[in-house]
Amino acid sequence: MVTPLGCGVEPTWKRILNGESGAGRVETFKVDDIPCQIACQIPRGDGSNGSFNPDDWMDPKEQRKVDDFIIYAMAAADQALADADWKPQDYEDQIRSGVLVGSGIGGLEGIEKASLLLAEKGPRRISPFFIPGRLINLAGGYISIRHGLRGPNHAVVTACSTGAHAIGDASRLIALGDADVMVAGGTESPITRLSLAGFAACRALSTSYNDTPTKASRPYDEGRDGFVMGEGAGVVVLEEYEHARARGAKIYGEVIGYGLSGDAYHITAPTPDGDGAYRCMEAALKRAGVMAGEVDYVNAHGTSTPLGDEIELGAIQRLAGNDAASITMSSTKSSTGHLLGAAGAIEAIFSLLAMRDGVAPPTINLENPSVETEIDLVPNKAKPMEINVALSNSFGFGGTNASLVFRKVAA
Amino acid sequence: MSDIADRVKKIVVEHLGVDTDKVKDNASFIDDLGADSLDTVELVMAFEEEFGVEIPDDAAETILTVGDAVQFLEKNAG
Repeated sequence: MVTPLGCGVEPTWKRILNGESGAGRVETFKVDDIPCQIACQIPRGDGSNGSFNPDDWMDPKEQRKVDDFIIYAMAAADQALADADWKPQDYEDQIRSGVLVGSGIGGLEGIEKASLLLAEKGPRRISPFFIPGRLINLAGGYISIRHGLRGPNHAVVTACSTGAHAIGDASRLIALGDADVMVAGGTESPITRLSLAGFAACRALSTSYNDTPTKASRPYDEGRDGFVMGEGAGVVVLEEYEHARARGAKIYGEVIGYGLSGDAYHITAPTPDGDGAYRCMEAALKRAGVMAGEVDYVNAHGTSTPLGDEIELGAIQRLAGNDAASITMSSTKSSTGHLLGAAGAIEAIFSLLAMRDGVAPPTINLENPSVETEIDLVPNKAKPMEINVALSNSFGFGGTNASLVFRKVAA
Repeated sequence: MSDIADRVKKIVVEHLGVDTDKVKDNASFIDDLGADSLDTVELVMAFEEEFGVEIPDDAAETILTVGDAVQFLEKNAG
């Protein structure tokens, strides 16, 4: 993964458990006329100490042709395939290995720039790489070309649910026998002037913490006032269970449940009664064959918006009923910001790491909860605990919801 | 070597990320310098911008090597 907390799974996870924030003032373009002037940007550098050096992951000549979301996805896929030790060599392995990587928005920055170029200099100056470097499914396209993945080649576009839908759909492709191995996840490079202006116009972003950016993403806290935009990519390698066992692959956990639902209510606001969130969690748990009370840890969607956080919390309380007190739930977006189409993927990875290490990551900046709840929201400090079943939620603009359920696999 | 040839070779090195010593007059963009068909479209655009000329599609199709580009531009660049 590549996140605002670093390049790679372990550097990111360490900073999550330390309760650090990846937010800062945006210095890469003009923001002083936009209400939200902060974001969670990837720490760029020479590649040491968890910094991200794009040259480590893509030839500079190729980088020129694509938007950052493709470079982030390439980096995350390289890491995931190396960690899984899966290198399809022969044709048979290749046709049984696929890719399903999505993005919420795709190459907005390139579209912004090309549009200005078109207005200024006309159509003859538009690069032949303009279209292929912006298309959302080209993240998967590039990954498949580099790694020889000739199986299903698919992409998901469901706003902030993209990463979770990608992992869920890919796991179904494996379950249905279309592939043995799927490289799946989400990627996003949304921190541009146009995008910040657009999300600010939707009144979705935090605007009161421009001088204290690390305090801005504060899910469930009464001082929250919107999300903080993040960038990056999360990619996992999903594998048919016996296939993984047979080659002695490292297994972080099993995808045991996946649920989907639609709000059919409003283009940006969730239903006040949390019906969509409730039904997708219910569907995922039903598929998993576990009761709500058996869920040890929930990685919440929890974006730090005034409306969304409490609606999700209410839906989980309704789902858990009398077992609410046994549930631990946190929002890692308090540290990473909201990575939109990549959020569900990095949060699936955090859920797996929480099971691996027996620790629930904290919800930072949670000082004064806006509601009372029996659910432990893990304020500010990571909580060591045994986690066997984890649930990860993602909800997106358009009323699109996805929940994933993971179970620890005995060694 | 003409000034035009120098400028053409510089563009080829920058766009295709190849070593300068490989960019010989008879080097084919696709066969010798690793370009694909989209790279060649972009190269022609870069020549147009550098030399302030318009290279029509039928002429662009005949520019297959470094030497072809130099020749065309020596004849047509003002």
